[in-house]
Amino acid sequence: MDVLYFAWVRERIGLPREKVETEAATVAALVEELRAREDRYAAAFEDLSALRVAVDQELTDFDAPLAGVREVAFFPPMTGG
Amino acid sequence: MRVVVQEAPFDFGAEAAGFAAGRHDMGAVVTFTGIVRDLQGGGLEAMEIEHYPGMTEKALEKIAKEAVERWALGDVLVIHRHGRMEPGEQIMMVATAAPHRKDAFEAAEFLMDYLKSRAPFWKKEFSAESRAWVAARDEDEDALRRW
Repeated sequence: MDVLYFAWVRERIGLPREKVETEAATVAALVEELRAREDRYAAAFEDLSALRVAVDQELTDFDAPLAGVREVAFFPPMTGG
Repeated sequence: MRVVVQEAPFDFGAEAAGFAAGRHDMGAVVTFTGIVRDLQGGGLEAMEIEHYPGMTEKALEKIAKEAVERWALGDVLVIHRHGRMEPGEQIMMVATAAPHRKDAFEAAEFLMDYLKSRAPFWKKEFSAESRAWVAARDEDEDALRRW
């Protein structure tokens, strides 16, 4: 699936998006896999309360299932307007 | 209902004049404009707004649709820019048209409250000394509860 990063999450990881092969059942399980990869991922995902997640471009929470999902995005709370 | 996401500046005067023009059943039009504000004490060189192409349009359309369902509105307009802007530049506008002013005012506030915290935009401020992502404010999240 495509995993996208925005704002300081993108800066910390150093990528706007990447393809990730995963069997993770939920967003939280995907986060655990990413955290285990490298320090920059561990730093970006250090505090989940400071992050929001969208699955296939809909805001959701970290318990959301990933079956059939094409796109997951991680970002800080939004500041529109 | 019209939702526009663009990098280029927009012409507030032309948009406001054209909005709900000729709709003689609409007794009230409310517009709100968001402007790049300087830092306290000055020194802001620019603001950069990042967004999530695809999700941004969907999120704004969903918010606008909800406003149309909740209030008696004749029309809704949302324009939001992304990219680099300088202090004083217009970032975004919303407009609502309704037969009566209460619906137009409330729907405009609802749109603003929701797009502040639920539309995927992120602001970064650049000055000579620093570059910093604007943090979301607890008050903005709290503002959603009244709806």
